[in-house]
Amino acid sequence: MGHLRGKLLPPALAIVFSMLLCGVALVISGANPLNAFGAMVSQVGKGTTLVDIINSTGIYYIAALAVAIGFQMNLFNIGVEGQYRVAAVIAAVVGGSIALPPGIHTLVIIIAAALAGAAWAAIPAILKVTRGVNEVISTIMMNGLAIGLSAYLIRRDVFGELRGNNIRTAEIPESGWMPGISFGGGGTMFGFIFVAIALGVGYWIMMNRTRFGFELRASGESSTAASAGGVNAKKMVLVSMLLSGAIAGLISLPELLGRDHTFSLNFTAGIGFSGIAIALLGRNHPGGIAFGALLWAFLDKSGLALDNVGVPREIVTIMQGSIVLSVVVAYEVVRRVELAAEQRRVGRELGTVGGAA
Amino acid sequence: MSSPTSVRTDDPPAVVLTGITKRFPGVVANSDVHLTVRRGEVHALCGENGAGKSTLMKILYGMQAPDEGTIEVNGEQVRFRTPSDAIKAGIGMVHQHFMLADNLTVQENVVLGAEALHGIGQKARKRIIELSGKTGLNVDPGVLVEQLGVADRQRVEILKVLYRGAKVIILDEPTAVLVPQEVNELFDTVRGMQEQGYTFLFISHKLDEVRAIADSVTVIRRGTTVGSADPKTVSSRQLAEMMVGSELPSPETRESTVTDTVVLDVKGLKLLTPDGSRPILDDVDLVVRSGEVVGVAGVEGNGQTELVETIMGMRKAGSGTITLQDKDLTKLGTLARREAGIGYIPEDRHRHGLLLTQPLWYNRILGYQTRKPTAKGVWLDIDGAKQDTERIVTDFDVRTPGIDVPAAALSGGNQQKLVVGRELSGEPVLLIASHPTRGVDVGAQALIWDEIKRARAAGLAVLLISADLDELIGLSDTIKVMLRGRLVADADPNTVTPEDLGSAMTGAGSTSAAVQETAVVEEGEN
Repeated sequence: MGHLRGKLLPPALAIVFSMLLCGVALVISGANPLNAFGAMVSQVGKGTTLVDIINSTGIYYIAALAVAIGFQMNLFNIGVEGQYRVAAVIAAVVGGSIALPPGIHTLVIIIAAALAGAAWAAIPAILKVTRGVNEVISTIMMNGLAIGLSAYLIRRDVFGELRGNNIRTAEIPESGWMPGISFGGGGTMFGFIFVAIALGVGYWIMMNRTRFGFELRASGESSTAASAGGVNAKKMVLVSMLLSGAIAGLISLPELLGRDHTFSLNFTAGIGFSGIAIALLGRNHPGGIAFGALLWAFLDKSGLALDNVGVPREIVTIMQGSIVLSVVVAYEVVRRVELAAEQRRVGRELGTVGGAA
Repeated sequence: MSSPTSVRTDDPPAVVLTGITKRFPGVVANSDVHLTVRRGEVHALCGENGAGKSTLMKILYGMQAPDEGTIEVNGEQVRFRTPSDAIKAGIGMVHQHFMLADNLTVQENVVLGAEALHGIGQKARKRIIELSGKTGLNVDPGVLVEQLGVADRQRVEILKVLYRGAKVIILDEPTAVLVPQEVNELFDTVRGMQEQGYTFLFISHKLDEVRAIADSVTVIRRGTTVGSADPKTVSSRQLAEMMVGSELPSPETRESTVTDTVVLDVKGLKLLTPDGSRPILDDVDLVVRSGEVVGVAGVEGNGQTELVETIMGMRKAGSGTITLQDKDLTKLGTLARREAGIGYIPEDRHRHGLLLTQPLWYNRILGYQTRKPTAKGVWLDIDGAKQDTERIVTDFDVRTPGIDVPAAALSGGNQQKLVVGRELSGEPVLLIASHPTRGVDVGAQALIWDEIKRARAAGLAVLLISADLDELIGLSDTIKVMLRGRLVADADPNTVTPEDLGSAMTGAGSTSAAVQETAVVEEGEN
């Protein structure tokens, strides 16, 4: 009970706080906040919005899982952004250049994407383990390199081709696609959503039931205690970074396998950064991340309705930003209060004068 | 002994504490404490580790506010919100652990934070030189603190509080970091300052020292004052019984259980500082046999921590070999060494022993993540871990409402019992115990000693590092003295006294037949 309260209270507080903040911002700019929020909620039932939200949730979910693996041991993998971009190009190139039976073709693309993401993450990981380079700096720089590399790879003299006025890689043949679930006019849900769910379950099992998850959590909680307990810090950095990169490599696959079938200039960027915010909001917990991803997707997609009621869509960005800021504060406050309460409880149950140590 | 002439009884007392109560999450650190300190006296506050002495002094120094009770200074009731309030009222505190910046000079350290008093230039320097005499500090204020020894650093700490105008000086376990010879020098300083009208509150649990220096004694037990005594008439025995409230636990082991079987064999172990300029461990040879407790004595910072961490594989040795039961550990990592049968009680349980926010059963897995009963292959065995944690809680008397509470919720003694219980599980062949009873209450201390003795009788080899010389002499079968990274002398725990050990620890040379020098110490760079 108390545990659950400690986990749910901070995000609830953060969301309420940021809604108030945005409400104030709306009032100041002369709009009616109730109108704006109402328009966002009613937008969910219109057109393909609901399916769009679910699809977007799946993508955000994978991104946040990738970030969360690093967070578990206080590794700040800001490079998810670059890792999935590189993985998307390579997966598209590999998928478009081979011919395999359905199923196997898709699997090869998935593996190629994971390997590409891991390889891109390996560079900052190796730099950190061997030279002590801070992963925040190196992954940010790798993000810059990823943009350059992907632009180079889709040049027409490399792997790209010109279609209309868009440059893109060769289209993946149908054997490499992943079918979705169609709702007719309501849109099509990506089949990769189920892979995302499986990833979440796998992540939970890994963190809570395996030795690797234990070592990861121990390293994050106290690197000194972990090393005294026989956890090899360098190995953990390397493995968790590679794993984080491999999952990051899958971020673009829902769209690539389910809709676009090619990497083009229309590539959806920025998901890696949203993943950081969602992992923070979800406290690295697979359930929490799912909720965070859903919230993010909802704000993104139903925010489109705001233009109709004459409110700038950017209010959504303000809301997302203020949620992240306030949730970090709220978690810390609640954590301290809970720990003190727990200590008092232990003291009470033992009889307080027992020992003054 | 002391100089009662300077104690003035007619003036209002320097400090009066009435009915002080302070609760912390989980414990009442102080309850209804009464303490009266007359002006110009050395007043000792005695109590076991964890009795609540330090909390009381933090309250008097304004670091913590009492939940109940009043403080009077020179007859006036005061309320301290911060240490600077206490300093304004003329109360200064010298902490057990020095709070000095090594890379600053004596003058900079003293003036830091008190720049408003005499500036930072010549005036400050003059004042420091003036006050230095009182503390017996004979160094130029321009000297870097890192070049000073422990005793001089302590004088700088005293100088800091004098500079801020303190008339009442709290010394929190000032002798813990000193060897016996330095203790005598400190006492000379204290007596000299007492004659000039300063009042001292001397916190200690070492009865001989209390009887040697104090004009009056107040005893604190389990957070409350249990009585006062005149140190000139009370015996150590009576004082000790007031402190403990029952019969004293003793670390002493009875008969020897040492066998011929070598368990740990360290040969020629060398470790350099990270920049490679000087050795931290220099050619250390060490043998621990089955059923034997080998104690390592040494002033802190002479390489004991590094020795332990190198044997555990947390630091990489420059050269030398480490063998455990004929198995070469030299190239193995920490986990493999633990799996080979080493249990490790780290000196700092918060930093190295526990995951504080995790439940007790989760902590049981740490260091055992590859072994039964807490793991099966790559999977954790959570049921096994929980059951075995229940066993530790019962067998080692860990006072907790359950195994699902976070480790941080337990008191220090109970946390340590959990660590000791964990490190003695899985049938280790060697236990490395670094300060196993540091900062724990008497009950936990007795239990931990008993468990170490029991394991030793069952054939466990124990490497014991401790700053508590009584513990070291009481538990060990062999004592090695460590100085500047080398094992320089052997001592026989049956005949050696803490004073002899103290001499050997400072490198002053042995004066006793109980200490046999085994290596020549080069004097010089330090």
